[in-house]
Amino acid sequence: MLKKFRLALAASALVLSASVAMAGSHKVVDEIKFLIPGGAGGGWDGTARGTGEALTKSGIVGSASYENMSGGGGGKAIANLIETKNFGTLMVNSTPIVIRSLQKVFPQSFRDLTPIAGTIGDYGAMVVGKNSEIKDFAGLIDAYKMDSTKVAIGGGSVAGGMDHLVAALVMKNAGADPGKVKYIPYDAGGKAMAGLLSGEIKALATGFGEAIALARQGEVKILCVTAMKRLAASPDTPTCDEAGSKGTSFVNWRGFFAAPGLPDDKKAMYINALTKMYGTPEWAAVRDRMGWVEIFNPGDDFVKFLEQQEKDIGGLMKELGFL
Amino acid sequence: MIEGIIVGLSTALTLTNLVFVVIGCLAGTFIGMLPGLGPMSAIALMIPIAASLDPSTGIILMAAVYYGAIFGGSTSSILINAPGVASTVATSFDGYPMARKGMAGKALAIAAYSSFSGGVIAAIFLLVAAPYLASVSLSFQSTDYFALMVLGLTAVAAFAGKGEMLKALLMTVVGLMLSTVGTDQTQGIPRFTLGLIDLIDGISFLLLVMATFALSEALIAILKPTSDASRKEEMEASANLGSMKLSNDEVKEMVPVIGRSSFLGFLIGVLPGAGATIASFLAYGTEQRIAGPVKGKEFGKGSIRGLAAPETANNAAATGSFVPLLTLGIPGSGTTAIMLGALIGYGIQPGPRLYIDQPEVFWSVIVSMWIGNIILLVLNLPLIPYIARVLAIPSRFLLPLILFFSLIGVYFVSFNTFDIQLMVLFGFIAVMLRFLDFPMAPMILGFILGGMMEENLRRALLINNDSWSFLWERPLTFSILVIAALCLFVPVVLPYVQRIRKGAKITGE
Repeated sequence: MLKKFRLALAASALVLSASVAMAGSHKVVDEIKFLIPGGAGGGWDGTARGTGEALTKSGIVGSASYENMSGGGGGKAIANLIETKNFGTLMVNSTPIVIRSLQKVFPQSFRDLTPIAGTIGDYGAMVVGKNSEIKDFAGLIDAYKMDSTKVAIGGGSVAGGMDHLVAALVMKNAGADPGKVKYIPYDAGGKAMAGLLSGEIKALATGFGEAIALARQGEVKILCVTAMKRLAASPDTPTCDEAGSKGTSFVNWRGFFAAPGLPDDKKAMYINALTKMYGTPEWAAVRDRMGWVEIFNPGDDFVKFLEQQEKDIGGLMKELGFL
Repeated sequence: MIEGIIVGLSTALTLTNLVFVVIGCLAGTFIGMLPGLGPMSAIALMIPIAASLDPSTGIILMAAVYYGAIFGGSTSSILINAPGVASTVATSFDGYPMARKGMAGKALAIAAYSSFSGGVIAAIFLLVAAPYLASVSLSFQSTDYFALMVLGLTAVAAFAGKGEMLKALLMTVVGLMLSTVGTDQTQGIPRFTLGLIDLIDGISFLLLVMATFALSEALIAILKPTSDASRKEEMEASANLGSMKLSNDEVKEMVPVIGRSSFLGFLIGVLPGAGATIASFLAYGTEQRIAGPVKGKEFGKGSIRGLAAPETANNAAATGSFVPLLTLGIPGSGTTAIMLGALIGYGIQPGPRLYIDQPEVFWSVIVSMWIGNIILLVLNLPLIPYIARVLAIPSRFLLPLILFFSLIGVYFVSFNTFDIQLMVLFGFIAVMLRFLDFPMAPMILGFILGGMMEENLRRALLINNDSWSFLWERPLTFSILVIAALCLFVPVVLPYVQRIRKGAKITGE
């Protein structure tokens, strides 16, 4: 009763976009409740509400509701999902679930949940200003090897957070000491970009999506991107792998998780709904509006991917002394 | 430029657009009034609607919602001492005392005129100077931001009236301390969380300000029952609530304040990451100093200057924050980050080439700012007498409503019951402190600036390999720090200097 009341309040207060779409013939799921581990307006919130909007408007899902549950760097929502075992709930999450469970911010990990799919994502990128004396990736490595204390590398996360790890990973695979990265944290990617343009940092580790627009306008130069293949959005940008950081592959994903012990038929149903969503114009509209990059990675592949990412990041964090 | 304005006007001034401006202003004002929902949430809520419109209509709708929400936030600051967003905290310092004196209508009118002027004047600056200022905004480094926050802290002197400097300083320190609770923004390590998972993300600004301002205010009103005489006075005052009349003298007092605060606010707004909150505090502190010893004493007790300055500055800064957004594509605040997302959704990429490649977008943004501000003023002025009548609600109904809305507002942001418990605890402590005459405003000032100050200082130290020399070696940082020192010490030293001079004169004779 209390919970229902709470949900009703939430619905009335936040003017949710929970639209009851016309029940089309291709409806896969009746209703989904999205659990958002952060407050309204953040990245997780946008991912859940945007996905929910595409699913309901296209008629794949009958109706969607949303519950924000912030606290403990996302740990509160994870604990809640495990505790309630509500099979009608999908929780949104992203790369930090791997990093924070390694850091023991919360005691659980993705293994305590049922991973459904990674849906969208962004590759990492190493960026310098347009007037930088560093012209290419080799130049960055040379300067770094010469004196890493003179190559301040900024990023939009805390020390030991995602952008720091990207910078360290790139350096490690290029044969340099990842522990020597002089990492300068900013509280948001936009501010880190302003820091790069102000000249207080020499290079920036950030999301490719956050850098590409300014790179197209000639304000910054992307030295390399952490994908294994060149990206269609910028075919002239080398991958870190080919630029000399062998095997560097990192994707900052966002995706969905269900309660532990989810029956296989329900899991297949959620994956089916998401798979169908990619072909709809409603999804295309949301995706373009939010500037998302599709990286669909469902079911067992998603689990394998998470295991690999945990291994890579965990090893790196140990090497850097964060664990 | 004239050509550009005409292009902008012709795209902006269609019937559909005007309808959406009106809708946006009303929706924004209403959303902004609710504690916890500020301009950022208002725009975020509008994005799905705006996305289905054509770009110029969408941008105009968002501008209208934006200014509407800022004005709405000022309304709740003035009427019930509940600033829902950080940038309207300074508005409550003098706006709320004015409303308490039965001049709610006047206070709202001053807020409306000041916001309007700040927005419109700053949009002119934006028009003329945006391309040149882009490079200025980028010359600011972490060390300079740190110095700027120190300068912002000197505004605490404005609350040090009636010999309470020590209490004001103490409360500032409490605010600085509270800002360190939660995960360290540099190293990612939890501090002072008492092992509580709910404190890992720190104490939210909204929670603290609602507890110490709105909640404690309502509780004090309950604990201090008004005598019949003062009740009668209040009734008489409330008859005047809706009056918006400003005397000529008051207008004369406001005009220079608005001029200075527009300029200051715009400049601060141009810096990515500084924003409207700092601008409002700096304008408040500056005007208090300029006002001189007599007028300056009125600050905090319902000064017209003290209300006009932050209201002008926060709107001017909000406009100024469009400089890095439009000319560089860098969002300096949460609100502009959402705006950037919306612009990109339309296939518009802000950046140095926007001005050249798509001048009509640039102009229509600026023109929509003007239209948004004008329509907001036209819509809200006639509504002010009715909004002000909120205070005529008998306190046995109004106080529970304030308690309800401030608690709900905090809950709806985090959906965490712990926040409510923490809020009640803070509210209780705040009531006790206020009975002992400790001011709450310096604490909020310390809390807001503390986080940013620490973050920038530590970043500066990291970049400079733990050397503090940047404080005096970097000219910009050093200059700002010198100004801050002057702000603090000149008012203290000046009376002595004057006394000595007088003494010298006498002996000279």
